[in-house]
Amino acid sequence: MFDIVKFLNSFSTRKEKSSGSVAKDRLKLVLVHDRSNCSSEILDKIRADIMEVISKYMDIDTEGLDIQISETKSTQNDRNVPVLYANIPIRGMRKLEE
Amino acid sequence: MGEVIVITSGKGGVGKTTTSANLGMGLAQSDKKVVLIDADIGLRNLDVVMGLENRIVYDLVDVVEGRCKTKQALIKDKRCPNLYLLPSAQTRDKTAVNPDQMKKLTAELKEEFDYVIVDCPAGIEQGFKNAIAGADRAIVVTTPEVSAVRDADRIIGLLEANEIKAPSLIINRIRMNMVKKGEMMSIEDVMEILAIGIIGVVPDDEYIVVSTNQGEPAISDKNSLAGQAYRNIVQRLLGNDVPLMDLENTNKFINKLKKFFKISR
Repeated sequence: MFDIVKFLNSFSTRKEKSSGSVAKDRLKLVLVHDRSNCSSEILDKIRADIMEVISKYMDIDTEGLDIQISETKSTQNDRNVPVLYANIPIRGMRKLEE
Repeated sequence: MGEVIVITSGKGGVGKTTTSANLGMGLAQSDKKVVLIDADIGLRNLDVVMGLENRIVYDLVDVVEGRCKTKQALIKDKRCPNLYLLPSAQTRDKTAVNPDQMKKLTAELKEEFDYVIVDCPAGIEQGFKNAIAGADRAIVVTTPEVSAVRDADRIIGLLEANEIKAPSLIINRIRMNMVKKGEMMSIEDVMEILAIGIIGVVPDDEYIVVSTNQGEPAISDKNSLAGQAYRNIVQRLLGNDVPLMDLENTNKFINKLKKFFKISR
């Protein structure tokens, strides 16, 4: 009998995140995109263009490329403002043709 | 010269009309001259929430189109002598009025009233643009739900784009027992996300349903928790510093109230 109670309790303690904090996290992510007013199609185009420009000069790891809209605290007020975050791993420099 | 306050939210059903009715009545009970404007053309509602639906002769569109004088369309509240309602039209749509006409109307009304409270329709289209056109300040109503907070964020952005600076937030229908269990976003969560000043938190209160059924705003009921929250917001609108209600211990509060009334009887 005691074991059954323990068994049932293990479910409640294993519960990962409360739905309230799930809501908050989901909202934050959604608002980052809403506030930037940047659709995923535009982001894809930006990604392609950046890759094209940088590829002229550098050999980049397209698999490890990470471009996304993120957030940072505004310098003017308390509100968070969107930033374009790009992490572009470089394999090496290209030899520039003279 | 009075002040034009627009009550807005983006999402529908979060309590704009209830908030408008309660704040309007509360300000009027504080001896301010108040007019409520129902800006939701085609979906008239503020009149039934106020219990004034049987007295409508003219409406907002009649005033704007010059079929009557502004004063003729104002319905005097039967409980508060200095509270008036300008009802919306039921048979027209949002395009019947434009922002310039609303600006002119609110400018005219604030000559005579201390507060002009505009109940904004849901959405961000023409009805919203009309409602905010003449506003000096805005109150954004939200509930602690993802959809309502998301829409509130959008509305805050649009208000700022329209030069209505520093809107204030009301978090409506919060359920502290759920917040405690982590099953609902807290006041702090919503404030952190929206990052605007808060003017009040209204607990979820079954009495709101009863008061709306009867057409008697909850603010007049001394026992209603939501009514108390609205009374506090009214005080803050009047410039008085009132701390946010302690909703954590509402049960104790209710018990105290009950005890008090038993003793006094």
